[in-house]
Amino acid sequence: MSTLVAPKKEAADSLDNYKNLNDNNKVYQTKELNLWYGSNHALKQINLDIYENEVTAIIGPSGCGKSTYIKALNRMIEMVPSVKTSGEIQYRGRNIFDKRYGVEELRTKVGMVFQKPNPFPKSIYENVVYGPRIHGIRDKKVLNQIVEKSLKGAALWDEVKDRLQDNAYGLSGGQQQRLCIARCLAIEPDVILMDEPTSALDPISTLKVEELVQVLKKEYSIIIVTHNMQQAARISDRTAFFLNGEVVEFAETDKIFSNPTDKRTEDYITGRFG
Amino acid sequence: MNIQQEEKAFSVQELIQQKKSKSKNKLKSEKIVPVILLLTAIVSVLTTIGIVVTLFVETTTFFSHVSIKEFFTAQKWYPFSETQGSYGILPLISGTLKVALIAAVVAVPIGLAVAIFLSEYASDRTRRVIKPILEVLAGVPTIVYGFFALTFVTPVLREMIPSLQIFNALSPGIVIGIMITPMIASLSEDAMSSVPKVMKEGAYALGATKLEVAIKIVIPAAISGIVASIVLAISRAIGETMIVAVAGGSTPNLSFDVTSSIQTMTAYIVQVSQGDAGYGTTIYYSIYAVGFTLFIFTLFMNMLAQFISKRFREEY
Repeated sequence: MSTLVAPKKEAADSLDNYKNLNDNNKVYQTKELNLWYGSNHALKQINLDIYENEVTAIIGPSGCGKSTYIKALNRMIEMVPSVKTSGEIQYRGRNIFDKRYGVEELRTKVGMVFQKPNPFPKSIYENVVYGPRIHGIRDKKVLNQIVEKSLKGAALWDEVKDRLQDNAYGLSGGQQQRLCIARCLAIEPDVILMDEPTSALDPISTLKVEELVQVLKKEYSIIIVTHNMQQAARISDRTAFFLNGEVVEFAETDKIFSNPTDKRTEDYITGRFG
Repeated sequence: MNIQQEEKAFSVQELIQQKKSKSKNKLKSEKIVPVILLLTAIVSVLTTIGIVVTLFVETTTFFSHVSIKEFFTAQKWYPFSETQGSYGILPLISGTLKVALIAAVVAVPIGLAVAIFLSEYASDRTRRVIKPILEVLAGVPTIVYGFFALTFVTPVLREMIPSLQIFNALSPGIVIGIMITPMIASLSEDAMSSVPKVMKEGAYALGATKLEVAIKIVIPAAISGIVASIVLAISRAIGETMIVAVAGGSTPNLSFDVTSSIQTMTAYIVQVSQGDAGYGTTIYYSIYAVGFTLFIFTLFMNMLAQFISKRFREEY
């Protein structure tokens, strides 16, 4: 439980392939995680490691626990009143279920993008500065820089730079989702969780978000839940296949899609069920 | 199995046709019901128009006795003085506004605090206990509140402020505040609970605390409902009659003093209606003028509420 906060960039540079990865490159280590909604056992003995500066995709049929898992990673799952957990999820070496671990502190490090775009009913500018503001950044100049940088980071700047004071709900669905990504980038998190971020978007917006994910992974570790297997294959480095609350298989994406070990993974990927 | 097969022998379309031919009356009722509904709507509209017209006509008669200028600028309200009666409504307005203001000062912070607690912090169980209690508080007859003000709140306040008169603005103001608190709490809570959960999650995911989510996301998103509830509650405070009639006294005076006896517009109307003045006298007509002023006040408040809620609405 000592601090294992790795010097992020250097560690990534010195590693060329996955085989050399050690604990320092693991952002998350999930150990024997079980989760219940009331009496419903939703996650069973999950063991899963998330590596930094990678895109980890989580696939599986509806109700398999993939959204539950990703929401456990920033403890958003606790907003459901009847949730109980056992086991641990270590984020950078610290168990996030530890009573002393402030949930706000965790969520400041771990950003989240939701299934449906959920901008605040405020101006585009206000949406982006919300995060920095609640964490105490008030300097106008700094905030302006954050807005520009975040919107550029989310590939939205050129489309909205002339109307930053307009209401965010005037944007298209795809733009709203990229605004939500910009809002998330504004506090420069370590990890970005994406819960089916493109399921409410049209194909072109989806493509834009996918391209964005490829760029963002240079600086952030990304975990993405998706229904779309082609999407997982296109954008992720590793893929975890969930079924009935269990991790059936977790491996490099190439391997999962070309040569899965488990029969059930193969069936799902080839479209025989799910 | 047999039963199922037998039932299958019927065609559902046939059954529908049979029912249809039997119920020709249905068509009639489809035509009659809207007419009945329209009539009831007309009744309530006509009643409103009737009230306004009566008020207006009688008020016009009053202004043939007393000039409009005197009514709005004179600083004394002495309708019962036979030799030098003075009809300046300002003292009554000041009494009303003092009470409404005190009520708002009590009710707005408490009501909003309760609403935030109920919508953002309270567990389902706590909410299920507290909300009905609030609604009971809202259902207490106002005469009971009046006696509560006179026999409990006033003596307690006099312990703290010895110069307080038995009849004053402070005590009924506070008690009206208590009375309208549930209204603000309940309506604001409704507005705040209807803020989409995904929006709150967006803020929580950025590391916001509950308080930050409540103040910077939920309240702004629900502001139109909250403002509407406050204005509605203040309208109610302005129109409140029994509490001020019982505990406020009957001395109209134009001042900012809340410790001495006052009279509000509503309390004056009660006083005259109880039979102190004969039909056709100036005093008799004066209650219409006062009532009309009161009507203008609440109308203005409602328009204000609509304006504010439109102006500050955050569209989502």
